[in-house]
Amino acid sequence: MTTTPAEPEALEAAFEATIARHDRIEPRDWMPDAYRRTLVRQMAQHAHSEIIGMQPEGAWIGRAPSLRRKAILLAKVQDEAGHGLYLYSACETLGVSRAELTELLLTGRQKYSSIFNYPTLSYADVGTIGWLVDGAAICNQVPLCRTSYGPYGRAMIRICKEESFHQRQGYELLMTMMRGTDAQRAMVQESVNRFWWPALMMFGPPDADSPNSARSMAWGIKRNSNDELRQKFVDMTVPQAEALGVTLPDPDLRWNEERGHHDFGEPDWEELAAVIRGDGPCNAQRMAHRRAAHEDGAWVREAASAFAAKAGAR
Amino acid sequence: MSADRREWPLYEVFVRGKRGLNHVHVGSLHAADDAMAVRHARDVYTRRNEGVSIWVVRADAITASSPDEKDPMFAPSGDKVYRHPTFYDIPDNVPHM
Repeated sequence: MTTTPAEPEALEAAFEATIARHDRIEPRDWMPDAYRRTLVRQMAQHAHSEIIGMQPEGAWIGRAPSLRRKAILLAKVQDEAGHGLYLYSACETLGVSRAELTELLLTGRQKYSSIFNYPTLSYADVGTIGWLVDGAAICNQVPLCRTSYGPYGRAMIRICKEESFHQRQGYELLMTMMRGTDAQRAMVQESVNRFWWPALMMFGPPDADSPNSARSMAWGIKRNSNDELRQKFVDMTVPQAEALGVTLPDPDLRWNEERGHHDFGEPDWEELAAVIRGDGPCNAQRMAHRRAAHEDGAWVREAASAFAAKAGAR
Repeated sequence: MSADRREWPLYEVFVRGKRGLNHVHVGSLHAADDAMAVRHARDVYTRRNEGVSIWVVRADAITASSPDEKDPMFAPSGDKVYRHPTFYDIPDNVPHM
């Protein structure tokens, strides 16, 4: 059977029609180059975030206060690795190789989420990251389960199922500390104070300064704007903070009856820009650690390849 | 760069969720050989009892229909409505049909 190659206009029209029907684009479908590029950038950045995101909490595995807490933290950090792998796989369906993606991360040409460039100074940070950082990630990620690119959406569905454990274990950890001593309660409050603003920055710059957003929304890659998601996160988190017995470090935070939402202060966008630029508290440390882990693991990869080659030759 | 830039082959992973169900495609991963692919598939795709059995197959061993041929490829079934039970009118008073 012979098929004549379709005209570019016809291909583009078919693509747009699929998007308009809220149907999914699958790997071997024709897609505009810019759609492919946007997806690769977003999915790779997301995958890198999961991988780098193992570091701040991983640092506490050896120091978690009980076997129960160690087991939980180990499972959580293992999940982050798994999430990175789902996303790398999904990204590879667009024709980039794993080696390329690794290289782009290690050479700093692709980014990861700014939040992981903040240090984890106390054990309470493990709880705060679960509650606020994973909470913000869930807000961002749930709408991505309906993203227009099939493999990305499917990866997000798996990730979202697992993130719920991450958030709940963090909140439970903080609740336990809040039932403890004054010093433990102070430790929780101090941790929340440090992570609140960086968590709000996880949604990205304000809509007016987010040049790629409109395009991504038109293509169904993104489903909600940065500011919408940030508002949703604040509204969800305020009652959780009350239940926990901590305050959120924002003097402008108050319920607005008229809007039916909380008003809140402006995050320090200069700080976000600086962290993205590479000038956050831990950027250099995170990258150095990732590079070292990659280099230290080289012999394992080489040994596995040699073993496979030898077994294949038999 | 060194030899580890040569990528391990890509495997597609299929998991049987429980007895009585088909193996379903869940994603893919890289592994040096088949045995490692199964072990990695367990760690990546079944951390929460998602499966009772795993298949892995090298992605380059899969032959697929081409999306460009979508219409001609599936045309043979497109115009055969008589293959569906709803094609046949049966009076409502006929039981068990």
